[in-house]
Amino acid sequence: MFGPAVLYIVALVGLPLFLAFFYAFTDIRVGSTSIHLVGLENFRSVLSSPTFRGALWHSFVFTVSAQVIVLFGANALALALLQRFRGRNLARFIILLPWVAPISLGAIGWKWILDSIYSVINWVLIRFHLVKPFDAPMWLGEPTLAMMSVILVHAWRMLPFSTVIVLAGLTAIPKDIPEAAAVDGAGFWRTHLEITLPMMRPIINVAVLFGVVFTFTDMTVVYILTRGGPFDSTQVLPALAFFTGVLGTDLAAGSAISVFLVPILVIVAWLMLRMAHRAEVV
Amino acid sequence: MAVVEARNVTKVFKQGELGAVNDVNLATREGEFMVFLGPSGSGKTTLLRMIAGLEEPTRGDILIGGQVVTHLAPRDRRIAMVFQSYALYPHLSVRKNIAFPLRAQGVPRKSHAAKVEWASGLLGIGHLLERKPRELSGGERQRVALARAIVREPSVFLLDEPLSNLDAKLRASAREELTQFHRRVGTTTIYVTHDQVEAMAMGDRVVVLNKGTVRQVGSPREVYDEPADTFVAGFLGSPPMNVTDHGDVLVGFRPEHFLPSAMVQGPKVPLKFRVSTVEYLGAERVAYGVLEGSRWEKKKVVSRFSSNADVRLAADSVVDFAVAEGSLKFFDRQTEKRTTPRGLSWE
Repeated sequence: MFGPAVLYIVALVGLPLFLAFFYAFTDIRVGSTSIHLVGLENFRSVLSSPTFRGALWHSFVFTVSAQVIVLFGANALALALLQRFRGRNLARFIILLPWVAPISLGAIGWKWILDSIYSVINWVLIRFHLVKPFDAPMWLGEPTLAMMSVILVHAWRMLPFSTVIVLAGLTAIPKDIPEAAAVDGAGFWRTHLEITLPMMRPIINVAVLFGVVFTFTDMTVVYILTRGGPFDSTQVLPALAFFTGVLGTDLAAGSAISVFLVPILVIVAWLMLRMAHRAEVV
Repeated sequence: MAVVEARNVTKVFKQGELGAVNDVNLATREGEFMVFLGPSGSGKTTLLRMIAGLEEPTRGDILIGGQVVTHLAPRDRRIAMVFQSYALYPHLSVRKNIAFPLRAQGVPRKSHAAKVEWASGLLGIGHLLERKPRELSGGERQRVALARAIVREPSVFLLDEPLSNLDAKLRASAREELTQFHRRVGTTTIYVTHDQVEAMAMGDRVVVLNKGTVRQVGSPREVYDEPADTFVAGFLGSPPMNVTDHGDVLVGFRPEHFLPSAMVQGPKVPLKFRVSTVEYLGAERVAYGVLEGSRWEKKKVVSRFSSNADVRLAADSVVDFAVAEGSLKFFDRQTEKRTTPRGLSWE
């Protein structure tokens, strides 16, 4: 009964995790035939690299900003989708699309939307005379704009997931409770902020924790939109580990970089388990 | 305090949804305890929710204190409501639950503590203020819900089956407490229930509803003794009134009026009763069976009498029973409404 589960965990989670830690202390490279233990050398060199320190910082900015946007967006959308209106099912379906479509396709779509020459956004801005034709923003070409673009695209992609979770939380609240609040004299904001949101806290926590994991470990959006550029300004840890370890063939350094993801993920995983343990819905 | 009035109130739902209301007209009296009684789907809760402002009538108007409030939000109606589930805010302490309406209505903060103290004292839950709702028993939750309703001194109380989540024993005492409570605060109260015992015990007047229409409005005594139609006659009373065909009328008599012939005084209608089962219920006995020999042959009837009465009934025996003529109720066959009494002809 345990057998398959144990096998699965060892083969697909345990072994790669062990190898990542092990490689981080060696001088292994892609295609090399020898392997030597080098102690903390990889960590020393990684920590001294400005690219890595930038990536570490960007990872946090990326994760926190995307989650804040997603949280507000998901709440607003969930509240809207709770209302009865014509075409509600269609709206729910459309909102789910970014999540069910492959990330890479979505990201490639955004790459065109944000392209320096063919950007539809810029086309619209120029048509409405909001910017001058040769002065349109370079969405992926300027450090700040590029970071904002990457964050927004990732938020766009995470939004459906969080919306569905928050919607489930909202639906789980008995109808009586907001009605009692309405009779008691509370308006929309008081009801939402003082009654509904606090009641949904456990489930929102789950949404945030999942969101943090998905965002902190994501490299697709960065890889497709900017490759970490311009000037490493959108570089994040998973992408950097991939560029260094796989594309750059320095497996050891790539492993050392990815090991820095572990403490954050361990904390999040611990919080998740704790919450699942005393999950208490209403 | 205020009078609540419904004028031609109609609520149409989509097909398949229960609880529609059809052209209801009624008005409470000042400080009255009015009960909406009806089976599920009769529209009693819908009517209450329209008075509360949680549902908008399709047609017609709701008036509170003489003012049309049909399109006002619940918060602007000076009402308080107790829900069937109590709808306490689970993440707030009892104190904060009770204080919530005060905060929401912008009552000056300074007076909150005193008002919460007063409301919780009135309901005897002063010692529970720091608890969370999940740490309370059903009866305690119900009191918290009442305290939350009373705290802002509303002009109307709306109660939606507040006792249905309590066990039978607690329900009886809660009923008595609610009556006491109403007497003390004297606020106009509308109480929704499907339980006729609650309606009879607590209501100053009872509004009997069925399929969205008002069948009868009257004191408990009126609706029980003088039912306006066969629905009211059948819905009130347990076991319900015996109703049987008689030419162009329906004739009804309560089980407690259908007794062994010797126990019935004055002019009476004799009937032969074939007993099938007798239930002994402690204070009373209930006999089930069929009539024999008359025009009402094979009609199923129920008799109910005190356990102290000197009556011996064996199953499957045929006994001489009778109904006093004055206890017979007559209903029109077509409309099922009450009609004038007449002599029974047995041609």
